[in-house]
Amino acid sequence: MPSETDKKKSKYTADRGWPGAFEGETLTRRGFMTGVAMGAGGVASAMFGLPALGFALGPIFSKTEHRALLDVGSTDDFDGETYVPVVITTTAGIGQAGKTLLYIRENSKPTKKQPWPYVAISTRCAHLGCPVRYIEAARSFICPCHGGTYDFEGGVTGGPPVRPLDRFTTVVKNGRVYVGERFSVNSQLERVSTRDAGEHVDGLWQILYPPRPTT
Amino acid sequence: MPSKPKLPNPLNIKTSKLPKPPLPPALKRTPKPVETGDDVTLGQAAAGGGTSVVAWIDERTAGSGFLRGFMFRKVPKGTNWWYTLGSATMFAFVSQAVTGIFLAMFYDPNPTQAYESMRHVNNEVFLGEFVHGMHKWGATVMTVLLFVHMARTFVFGAYKYPRELNWVVGVILLMMTMVMGFTGYLLPFDQRSFWATVVGVNLNGTGPIVGPYLADFLRGGSEFGATTLSRFYAVHMMLVPGIIGALIGAHLYLVAKLGTSAPPWMKPKDVAGDEKQI
Repeated sequence: MPSETDKKKSKYTADRGWPGAFEGETLTRRGFMTGVAMGAGGVASAMFGLPALGFALGPIFSKTEHRALLDVGSTDDFDGETYVPVVITTTAGIGQAGKTLLYIRENSKPTKKQPWPYVAISTRCAHLGCPVRYIEAARSFICPCHGGTYDFEGGVTGGPPVRPLDRFTTVVKNGRVYVGERFSVNSQLERVSTRDAGEHVDGLWQILYPPRPTT
Repeated sequence: MPSKPKLPNPLNIKTSKLPKPPLPPALKRTPKPVETGDDVTLGQAAAGGGTSVVAWIDERTAGSGFLRGFMFRKVPKGTNWWYTLGSATMFAFVSQAVTGIFLAMFYDPNPTQAYESMRHVNNEVFLGEFVHGMHKWGATVMTVLLFVHMARTFVFGAYKYPRELNWVVGVILLMMTMVMGFTGYLLPFDQRSFWATVVGVNLNGTGPIVGPYLADFLRGGSEFGATTLSRFYAVHMMLVPGIIGALIGAHLYLVAKLGTSAPPWMKPKDVAGDEKQI
């Protein structure tokens, strides 16, 4: 003879005295239908919810398309002494918003770290992305927004920027200069993966700013 | 005869039935009975029309009880003009919604067309500059009113038990209003809009660990691209207004359910009757 406690613990609904219980059943109809209804609702929600979420979050993981090399002028247009401003289109089809300004000079002393024949400096400030301007008299890049200043090589000399100005790869073909991909540089001007403005690439700070999964 | 078990009542709230909310005299009058029958003149039928329509709707919704409790609820003594700031903020939101809908009729969220469409609204559409200006300045008005409302709630201690959840809902409404301001700022697509958004997105990017992903999510890619503007437009005019509307509903429900608090300078002896302990 099972005790009252045993009956309450029994897996059979009949033993537990549930309404609508059947001999040998472990689940009542009500419990089963509740589960089916919840499950069906969950599946239906997931069917539109998961694709919508993926659609919204997808751009984070989409691979950055490699833009074709852009012709920015003849090798005679640039020298090693000063920068020449050049406007390129980084995103086609969106008008002025897809254009950006570069400052280009000849790389008179290519090194192992900087093998590019020309130095193409991005005007995107490494603080919060405002457009910097090259001031010849100071041989510096100055940001109008929060007062970031950079030296001739694009290294930070003052203000809030967290790393040097980004650069673009360059190649020379048939006497023409072409500009390729954007890349970021650390405080030693070594190439690192492309980052947004404001993200550290030096020391312990860089742990807090993971690079994109796909670049 | 066994006595009823006494329920714990820490605040000593009177559990007897509260009196019905006070109604303005105009609503207390019993409406004249609607004339029916074969000899009813057109005038009598028209006079009874309003009562019939209201009665028809009320019989099917029981809405009069809800409206009576919601519109004519009791408020504590000492309630003053500072208590109107929440309504003022909500009115500013309604104004933003209405002007925003009319602006959307002319606006083109395409990077090459957006600026031109707003130039058209401002220079050529009848009252276009005025409606655009109401939306632009109304955004500031709504934000300022929201902060003053929040300050009133804080200074009066109206966030305390049992109204903590309404404070939480209000803070989410504050954040949603900030999102509206951020996403709406890009839409005119002039130089100020564009560079402010570049800076704003990069500010999000400076957050540790999640920042870079958040910035990519906002832009819809690694660069300010073809879909960034339409992304901001969709968030600004569909996603966040829906969330704000739902949260305002929850906020108002809690206000009506819990009642408003008396100003801190009112002493319990000054507050009459049932509000004494609330």
